[in-house]
Amino acid sequence: MGGRESTLVLLDENGIRCDGRKVDEPRRIMIKAGGLKNADGSAYIEFGDNKILVGVFGPRDVHPKHMSNTDTGILRVRYHMEPFSVGERKNPAPSRREIEISKVIKEALLPAVILDKFPRTAVDVFIEVLQADGGTRCAALAAASVALADAGIPMRDMVAACAAGKAADTIILDVNNEEDQAGQADMPVGYMPNLDKITLLQLDGVLSPEEFKKCVKVGVDGCKLVYELQKKALHEKYFQNGGDQ
Amino acid sequence: MAQHSVIDDLKKSKILELLDQGKRMDGRGLDEPRKVTVEVNAIPKANGSARVKLGDTETICGVKIQPDRPFPDMGDKGIFICTAELLPLSHPSVETGPPNPDVIELARVVDRGVRESHMVDVSELVIEKNKSVVGVFADIVVVDYDGNLFDACSYAATAALLNTKMPKWEMTDDGPTLVEGAESDLPTTTIPVSITMAKIGNHIVVDPNGDEWASMDCRVTITTDSDGNIVAMQKGGEDGFTLDEIIKCGDLSIKAGTQIRETLKNAVKAG
Repeated sequence: MGGRESTLVLLDENGIRCDGRKVDEPRRIMIKAGGLKNADGSAYIEFGDNKILVGVFGPRDVHPKHMSNTDTGILRVRYHMEPFSVGERKNPAPSRREIEISKVIKEALLPAVILDKFPRTAVDVFIEVLQADGGTRCAALAAASVALADAGIPMRDMVAACAAGKAADTIILDVNNEEDQAGQADMPVGYMPNLDKITLLQLDGVLSPEEFKKCVKVGVDGCKLVYELQKKALHEKYFQNGGDQ
Repeated sequence: MAQHSVIDDLKKSKILELLDQGKRMDGRGLDEPRKVTVEVNAIPKANGSARVKLGDTETICGVKIQPDRPFPDMGDKGIFICTAELLPLSHPSVETGPPNPDVIELARVVDRGVRESHMVDVSELVIEKNKSVVGVFADIVVVDYDGNLFDACSYAATAALLNTKMPKWEMTDDGPTLVEGAESDLPTTTIPVSITMAKIGNHIVVDPNGDEWASMDCRVTITTDSDGNIVAMQKGGEDGFTLDEIIKCGDLSIKAGTQIRETLKNAVKAG
């Protein structure tokens, strides 16, 4: 579809980004808890133009059996993108990128879930990216936390997630697709606000030590914003209109 | 969805008991499909898309259009391919990994219904004869299961294709080159609608839900086009239909198909 032209202005003289946001402003975020009938827990998130659906099953029998652990339940995560979720049609088979993201999301959720009460079982988290627009892993992680809570899995805290980054020599919150492609750094952050624990952290791009510190802080602040929306989503399902849908 | 449980067996006797009185568990008439809700353009990044709910069964179809090489013996025709996939979040019994025969059948039946109706006019999808054509990929995913995936997937594909905007390419020395701002509607000729009917005992029900699907003896999916022709058919399941039953199914598919075609048309117009 042709390379991106350098005419794209990532940050104009008034400090406004290419999609009209300020440097510390996240995209529009909408989270809904529940929605899937068959899943034990589910969530849907729209994070800018990202649209992601998450379903959680379990604790349930482990298949294949050799994966089970006699001391604790196990967590399994599959992050998957639909063929129509991106510009060029994506091959539906899992790519190396998707396998890696599945792993980092799993490791971001593990500190939150309490599975030792469910030995020999598995909790399966299925993440389906319906439309992708930069920052899917953060949006997916935030939605997965809500889906796990919706499934009634005991948790120490919810994991909130948001990316920070650098474009046009400025630290920005919530990197979009254009900024990811043309910007200088992208740092996805997963964070448990009540426990003050960062459970996901990646970076590609170049940051000075000062910028790095600022970037993490901006990312964590973004997570706190997302956290409120996650709580709101659960609240809307369980504490209004009598709850169960 | 071949998994059977004791619960299914218990439900089957109740379902049969009700059918003998001309009733269904969810209160529908025997020839009445569930409510179809269509949200077109649910995936703006796709060239066309639709999110369809058939009762509690929910599917999403995204259409992607890109230049492709023609098949060797069909240089004057574009490519249309339709796939369907059951996502693991749609039901606890769905596992990741290569598709099982049920899912392969699903994808092929849905593809056949749309293809055989000649809905997509592939002769209009040629960029340069024998060299380059337009490929239309309709990928369908099932996100929630409550029976009758055939029809839910078919409606999603149809609605998404009706909603598709096709970019334009021109042949240059570098191969097919995108012409900016020259989108047009995908050339379509008709609106195929599939109707699936299940035989439970000696009753025929239209649009079986999950419980009915688990209880049925056999099923038939019949696709009709806008002119009321039957364009594709697929029988499945371990029992058979009598000739009279099949003829009745044909009539049912035309009758129910007409209503659903209107629903799809209106949803695309409104979206």
